[in-house]
Amino acid sequence: MVPLSWYLVLAAALFSLGLYGALSRRNAIAVLMGVELILNAVNINLVAFNRFIVPAAVNGQIFALFVLAVAAAEAAVGLALIIAIYRTRNTVNLEDADLMKG
Amino acid sequence: MQLVLFFVLALLAVAGAVGVVLSKNAVYSALALLLNFAVLAVFYIMLNAQFLGVVQVIVYAGAIVVLFLFVIMLIGGQLAPDALTAGSRRPARVVALIAGLVALAGLAYGLVSGALAPQTGQVQGSGSVQAIGRVLFTDYLLPFELASVLLLVAMIGAVVLARKPTKS
Repeated sequence: MVPLSWYLVLAAALFSLGLYGALSRRNAIAVLMGVELILNAVNINLVAFNRFIVPAAVNGQIFALFVLAVAAAEAAVGLALIIAIYRTRNTVNLEDADLMKG
Repeated sequence: MQLVLFFVLALLAVAGAVGVVLSKNAVYSALALLLNFAVLAVFYIMLNAQFLGVVQVIVYAGAIVVLFLFVIMLIGGQLAPDALTAGSRRPARVVALIAGLVALAGLAYGLVSGALAPQTGQVQGSGSVQAIGRVLFTDYLLPFELASVLLLVAMIGAVVLARKPTKS
């Protein structure tokens, strides 16, 4: 049986990598991918805690299911926004999308 | 046995995440993301969450990564310059072929030796479709319906945002 802490370490590593990707990339699509990595790391934590703390219940898995639905909605809207930005400004570089900087 | 499996899968997951973060080409990022999602599905099954593992493959690997790839290809051009020029791609193909054969051999060994045989009697465990469905449609009915509204709003919003602007 794999101990709980290993899952937590793995989730922390994936979360950190996703955070780094979301903060460091210029490409808007790559930033969205980093956000997806972060949400997946959270899902691992939810399912692992469910398995090790309350193995008889499924509450953690249902939370993970809702996170998954939100992630799907976020990806769809985010990619539509990227397409809209690309149409008007002809770029997906986040540094160039500075119309509201004032 | 399970510890070794965990280590190998964890290395694969982290490698996929590193690939997402570091690769310059957005197509490679999306493919590394696919690797990461597929490995996470195996983790869910190891954690006795079979339904979530299957949903992870269908929703993430099947829908979201394909959506990402569609948008990357649609925007295309300067974003992914060397994605479609198959020049000196032979070493990569050989490596991919060997990796696929190793994965196939491992799966075949697991099936033949019975290590991957379905454990009857555990199907009624906490992660089964039945258990999740029962809780989802009783205790979590309101969040479930709200999630459906959220997905509807997201769908309409995506269509409106990505639509070609009408000439006025």
